[in-house]
Amino acid sequence: MEFAFTEEQLLIRDSAERFLAQASDSHAVRAGMSRAADYDPELWRQIGQELYWPALLVPEAYGGMGLGFVELAVLLEQCGRFLLGSPLFTTTCLATPALLLADNPALQARWLPAIASGQLHATLACPLEAAQLQAEVRPDGDGYRLDGCHTQVVDGAQADLLLIAARRPGSAGEHGISVFAVPTDTPGMVRTTLHTLDQTRRLARIELQQVPVSEAQRVSAIDQAWPLLQATQRIAAIGLAAEQLGGAQQALDLTLAYTAERHQFGRSVASFQAIKHRCADMMLHIECTRSAVWYAACVAREYLAEDGDPMVRGELLAAAATAKAHASETFFHCAAESIQLHGGVGFTWEYDPHLYFKRARASEQLLGNPAWHRECLATELLGACA
Amino acid sequence: MKIGFSKSDEAFRQEVAGWLAAHLQGEFAQLRFRGGPGDEHSFPAERKAWERELASGGWVGVGWRAEDGGRGLSISQQVIFHEEYARAGGPGRMGHIGEGLVGPTLAAFGTPEQRQRLLPGILQGQAFWCQGYSEPGAGSDLANVQTRARLDASGERWLISGQKIWTSLAHEADWCFVLARTEPGSVGHQGLSFLLVPMDQANIRVQPIQQLTGTSEFNEVFFDQAETAANNLVGQPGEGWKIAMALLGFERGVSTLGQQMQFHNELEEVLRIARANGAARDPLLRQRLARAWSGLKVLRYNSLRMLSGPQDGSLAREAMIYKLAWSNWHVELGKLAMDVLGDAAEVLDSAPYGLSRLQSLFLFTRADTIYGGSNEIQRNVIAERALGMPREVKGR
Ligand SMILES: Cc1cc2nc3c(=O)[nH]c(=O)nc-3n(C[C@H](O)[C@H](O)[C@H](O)COP(=O)(O)OP(=O)(O)OC[C@H]3O[C@@H](n4cnc5c(N)ncnc54)[C@H](O)[C@@H]3O)c2cc1C
Repeated sequence: MEFAFTEEQLLIRDSAERFLAQASDSHAVRAGMSRAADYDPELWRQIGQELYWPALLVPEAYGGMGLGFVELAVLLEQCGRFLLGSPLFTTTCLATPALLLADNPALQARWLPAIASGQLHATLACPLEAAQLQAEVRPDGDGYRLDGCHTQVVDGAQADLLLIAARRPGSAGEHGISVFAVPTDTPGMVRTTLHTLDQTRRLARIELQQVPVSEAQRVSAIDQAWPLLQATQRIAAIGLAAEQLGGAQQALDLTLAYTAERHQFGRSVASFQAIKHRCADMMLHIECTRSAVWYAACVAREYLAEDGDPMVRGELLAAAATAKAHASETFFHCAAESIQLHGGVGFTWEYDPHLYFKRARASEQLLGNPAWHRECLATELLGACA
Repeated sequence: MKIGFSKSDEAFRQEVAGWLAAHLQGEFAQLRFRGGPGDEHSFPAERKAWERELASGGWVGVGWRAEDGGRGLSISQQVIFHEEYARAGGPGRMGHIGEGLVGPTLAAFGTPEQRQRLLPGILQGQAFWCQGYSEPGAGSDLANVQTRARLDASGERWLISGQKIWTSLAHEADWCFVLARTEPGSVGHQGLSFLLVPMDQANIRVQPIQQLTGTSEFNEVFFDQAETAANNLVGQPGEGWKIAMALLGFERGVSTLGQQMQFHNELEEVLRIARANGAARDPLLRQRLARAWSGLKVLRYNSLRMLSGPQDGSLAREAMIYKLAWSNWHVELGKLAMDVLGDAAEVLDSAPYGLSRLQSLFLFTRADTIYGGSNEIQRNVIAERALGMPREVKGR
C-alpha cells in the first residue's frame, strides 16, 4: 500500500497543468462556450495527437499507453481545474472503460486503436438506472434494430461513435439489456444538441428510428449488458469526481487571489476572520474530496486492470459513491462561496466564478447526484428502503 | 499510488487476529468494546493491565522505529493491526498518549539517554502519560502559558510552579509533559520549555473536574515547587513551543488509525440499531447513515495519505485539515446516534446519571470540536498556514 503519487504521476500532472493553463485559459473557455455545435477541433487535435491523452488507458496491444486510471484521474483533475471543454471526458471515462470491459475482442480491436490514435470521439448513451432505459432493440434479419430515445447524452451530437444501450421489448429491470457500438453516420439516428445551463459541456437528445446494428457490434453478451453499463458509469463517476476536485480547487484559488487583492475598511478582505474561516472550510472539503477521489481512482484502476486485486474491485460501488457525492457537494459549495466572496464582481459575466458555478451544478447532476449515490450506499448497508 | 494488501499482509492479519482472540479472554474479556471515546473512565486498572498484556505480545509501538524498540511495521501492516484490534473489540488504549505522542516526540527531539530511559516504560505498558499544556489563562492562546520552571541552585533539578487545567487522565498518569516558562519575563511562545515531570510527588495536586457527562476524565493540576531532574528537559531551554507544536503534529499520525477503528465500532452499533428499530427505512436517516459511512472512509483515506507522507511532525495539506475533519464527523455521528434511537435516546441506563454508550458518545463528542485546538483555531491555522491568508490581529 502506497497512497502517494509516483514521480511519473507528478510529471503527468505538471505537464497537463502547463498545457491547460494556456490552452484552456478563461479566454479559450469562453471561445469554446460560444461554439454551440462542437468543441474546438484544434484543441482536440493537440490533446489527441500530440499529447496522446485519449491513449492513456488503452492497452499497449491496441496502440495505447497502457497506463492506469490513477494517471487518468491526475489528468482529469487538471482538466476540471481549467474547465476544459473537450471530447476527452466522454471518450476516456465512458467509452474506453466500456470497451475495456467488453467481451467482444473483435470490437475492441476495431475501436480501441482508433481511440488511442486520438482521432475518434466516442461516448455512451445510457441512463443511470436500468428502469429508466426506454430505447429498444429488436431482432431484425441477421442482426437487430434500435428504436426509441436517449434524452440526455453527453457529447451525443459531437461523437463519432455511440455505445447505445437498449432493452428487449417486454424486459424489465436489469434484464434484457444490450449495448451496441454504433458509428454516428449510421442511418436512422437524429441527434439534437441541447442548449445547456453549463456551456462548457454538450448534451444531446438522440432519437433512434430503426437503426440497424449487427451481432458484431455488440459490446457485451446480448441481454446481459447491465453489469458492464453499471460498472462503466461508476468508473466514469470517479473520473468526473476528479474533474470536480480540480474545479473546486480552482474556485478556492480564485477566491484567495481576489480577497487578497481587494481592500475594504483599510485592510484586505482576506484578513477578516469570517472570510478566512470560509476559505478554510473550502480547503477542508477539498482535501477530503481529494482523499476520496484518489482512493476511488485506485479502485477503478484495479477494476479495469487485467491483474486487478479482486478484493479492491469489490469496492467499486462504495468508492464511486463516496467520491462522487463528496466531489459534487464540494465543488458546488466552493463555486457558490467563490461567487459570494467576490462580492458584486462575482455576479458578473466577466469574472470566472459563474463558469465554475454552472459547471458544478451540471456535474453534480451528471452520473448520479449525491443523494442518489448515498441511497445506493444505504441499500448496500441497510437493505432496500421499502 | 497503490491500495490493497499483499499475501504476506494477509498472513500478518491472521497473526494479529489470532493473538487478539487468544488474549482478549479471561480477566480481559469484560474489556471488549469498552474504554473508547466517551467511555474512557471505565476499567482504568484493568485497561492498564491490558496494556501490559499487549506489550508482552509486542503490540505497543507497532509503528515506532526498530531502533526505538518499536516494531517498525509498514503502513499496510499498521492499518491491519488497527483493523483487527477494532474487530476484536480491543479496549480503548490507556497508553495512547505515551505511544502516540510522547514516543514520537522523544524519537524526534529526545537525547539517546532520554529515549533509553523513557521509551521502554511506554513499550512495556508500565508508564502512563498526561498532557500539561492548557491553563486557565492559556486555552486557545496556548502561548500565554504562565506556569514557571527554574533550575535550582545545584542545577540538577527543575522546580515547577503554576496551574494546569483540563488535564485528561492526570489522575491515572505516572508522567506529565509540561509546557512551562523558563525564561522569566518572556512573553508568548518565546522562553517556554518542554519538561517531563513525574506525577508521584507531594508537590503536585490533582483535582478532578466533573464534565457534562457527569464523569471526570479531566482535572486541574496544581504544581507547587514540583520537581523534576535536569535531564527531563526535552530539547534546549526556550525550545518548548517548537516541540509542543511538533507533538500536536504527531497527533495526526498513526494514532488516527486506532481512533478511526473506534469510530468504526460506534458507527456499526448505530447501523445495527437502525436496522433493528426501523430507522433504516427512513429516507432522511438513510442519507445521513450513508453520509456517515462514507465520511468515515474518507477519514481513513486521509490517514493513508498522512502515513504515506512525511513522518517528521510537519504538516502536509491532508494533516492540516485532519482535526477539523474528524471532529466534525464525530460530532455528527453523536447526533445521528440519538436521532436513530429516537425516543429511546432519552432514557438513562441507570440512576443517577448512568449513560448508555451512545448517550455518552452524543455528549462526549461535544468536546471533540474544542480540545486539541478548537474548530475555530483549526480554521485560523488552515487559513494562515495552508492558504497564506493574513494573520489574526493580536490584542496584547
Ligand atoms: C475533554 C477535554 C479534554 C482536554 N484534555 C486536555 C489535556 O489533556 N491537556 C491539555 O493541556 N488540555 C486539554 N484540554 C483543553 C483544551 O485543549 C482547551 O479547552 C482548548 O484548547 C480551548 O481552550 P479554552 O477551553 O480555554 O477555550 P477558549 O480559548 O477560551 O475558547 C472559547 C471559544 O472561543 C473561540 N476562540 C478562541 N480564540 C479564538 C480565535 N483566535 N479566533 C476565533 N475563535 C476563537 C474558541 O474556539 C472557543 O469556541 C481538554 C479539553 C477538553 C474539553
